[in-house]
Amino acid sequence: MRSIVIATVCAAGLLIGAACSTTPEDQSAAKVEDKSTGGKPGADTRGVQPPKVAAVDLTKQPGSAADRMLKDPSSPLSKRSIYYELDKFDVRDEYRSLIEAHAKYLRENPNARMMIQGNTDERGSREYNVGLGQRRSDGVKKMLVLLGARENQIESVSLGEEKPQSDGHDESAWSKNRRSDILYSGEY
Amino acid sequence: MLNLVRFLLVIIALLAAAQARAQLEIIVTDPGAQRSPIAIVPFAGENAVGTTLTAIVRADLERSGLFRGGEVPPLSPAPTENTPVNYGEWRSRLADALVLGSVVGLPDGRFEVKFRVYDIVKQAPLGAIAYIFTKDNARAAAHRVADFVYERITGEKGVFSTMIAYVVRRGTTFELQIADADGERAQYLLRSNEPIISPVWSPEGQRVAYVSFESKKPVVYVHHLGDRKRQVVASFKGSNSAPAWSPDGKTIAVVLSVDGGSQIFLLNADGSGARRRISNSASIDTEPRYSSDGKWIYFTSDRGGSPQVYRMPSTGGEPQRVTFEGSYNVSPRPSPDGRVLAYVTRNAGKFQVALLDLSNRQVQVITDSDRDESPSFAPNGRMILLATVIGGRGVLSAVSADGRIKQRLPFAGGDVREPAWGPFIE
Repeated sequence: MRSIVIATVCAAGLLIGAACSTTPEDQSAAKVEDKSTGGKPGADTRGVQPPKVAAVDLTKQPGSAADRMLKDPSSPLSKRSIYYELDKFDVRDEYRSLIEAHAKYLRENPNARMMIQGNTDERGSREYNVGLGQRRSDGVKKMLVLLGARENQIESVSLGEEKPQSDGHDESAWSKNRRSDILYSGEY
Repeated sequence: MLNLVRFLLVIIALLAAAQARAQLEIIVTDPGAQRSPIAIVPFAGENAVGTTLTAIVRADLERSGLFRGGEVPPLSPAPTENTPVNYGEWRSRLADALVLGSVVGLPDGRFEVKFRVYDIVKQAPLGAIAYIFTKDNARAAAHRVADFVYERITGEKGVFSTMIAYVVRRGTTFELQIADADGERAQYLLRSNEPIISPVWSPEGQRVAYVSFESKKPVVYVHHLGDRKRQVVASFKGSNSAPAWSPDGKTIAVVLSVDGGSQIFLLNADGSGARRRISNSASIDTEPRYSSDGKWIYFTSDRGGSPQVYRMPSTGGEPQRVTFEGSYNVSPRPSPDGRVLAYVTRNAGKFQVALLDLSNRQVQVITDSDRDESPSFAPNGRMILLATVIGGRGVLSAVSADGRIKQRLPFAGGDVREPAWGPFIE
């Protein structure tokens, strides 16, 4: 029996058009003109001194000691992911020191704000997985609060199965995707 | 052959007119044997429209799985809705039903299509109607014709004029798209670098609610199709997800974690008033869906240790368990007539769509792939649209409510998921 092809696929390239325009590239900051070589011919620049300015270079600002700690690979605070076994939501003992370090940081930095994103593997209902991810992030939040962090410092949310760390479809991928990720304000 | 050429010309015209860069392709994989032959004679004058109406009507009717469009030899003079019908002659062409019509151009540039439907077996006219349309709306007019023919022959409303919504993922880009029920005229409502899930149509078809992760957490939005504006309806602390419309379109049930856990709340769809919590458990309560009479909310809960479908009065109240077989039953979708519940069940690691007859408790699994999810009833209850994975890629498929007709809707260049079938448009 003849299968019925009712519609066809349109030519992708032809129809991309304006609806598909890419974001324009970031206009990088204009380069500073080099006075020694770039003067206009005929223009007399002798005797002109560049004004004294108080330069601010944000890229090299050291930041607070606390900020540096969050990023320092040798600090336990740089460890941000907690992984789970299948259908499990409790934080395994091996992550206890990680949680304690973050709780201490929140205690010592009352203005610090944290988001915990719970995640699941790809199997099952997307919305039920949002619920399961929430159960994971709520569990981490609860531990942090028990260890002295304040409730209003932490928002626990769920990304369900939507943001996998690994795109594979086997247990080795799924075990990377069942996780809670810790982010500090400025990182989300 | 001529029909084929004409069909291809239509396709080319469609390509030029398409607004989106990729469309759904619909293939009936298992049309079944019970298809009724119908003769749709090309409407006199339809070539002037630039869109062959009768080709779209025929495609629509065939896609329902109930009809097979018979070949019609060139007839001279071409019959129209005014031509007397020789039932014996059409019976000898093995047609069970016949559609005759014509299209005329109106002085203001619009067109008028007039047509009649005949039951050849019973030798009886089934009705006639005329529609006026602009050239740009020729496809919509053809779908209206198909709806009329379908309703006159089957006694049920057709769904060819309805729309579907779904999410397409290409790499790290997500698009919420809407399209005609045949996958044509696709356009996007939202394009984002973060996931979009759970689109649902409002009952009048003018709004789509969905969950977007653009703020690094799930937030529920309502998108107004008319002016393309969108509003945040749930962005409380924590997660906001799983929107569902009440049948009157005034209330949206959502799942919030603002009180801890995942619990079901009601919100006014216009954003006014306060949230009302209607579920009260230490478990996950999610995926709320109203019954079409508005009395019940079906939902998924793991309060009994495994995720199962429950229902409670839509104003809140004591939940009753609905599903019992198996250890994973999720994503409940009550049918439009309220008699059947579609949901996703896990069987030996495979996720499939099951139907539960709410009166006699019979369960029938109607799909046979591994990763079926997000079932969505057509507004006439005849078909169920769902997401599945074939060859590692997300595609939409459709299955008739009796499980006998299956269709695949592959999509060029992306993963398609989260389908939602829109309501009847009056």
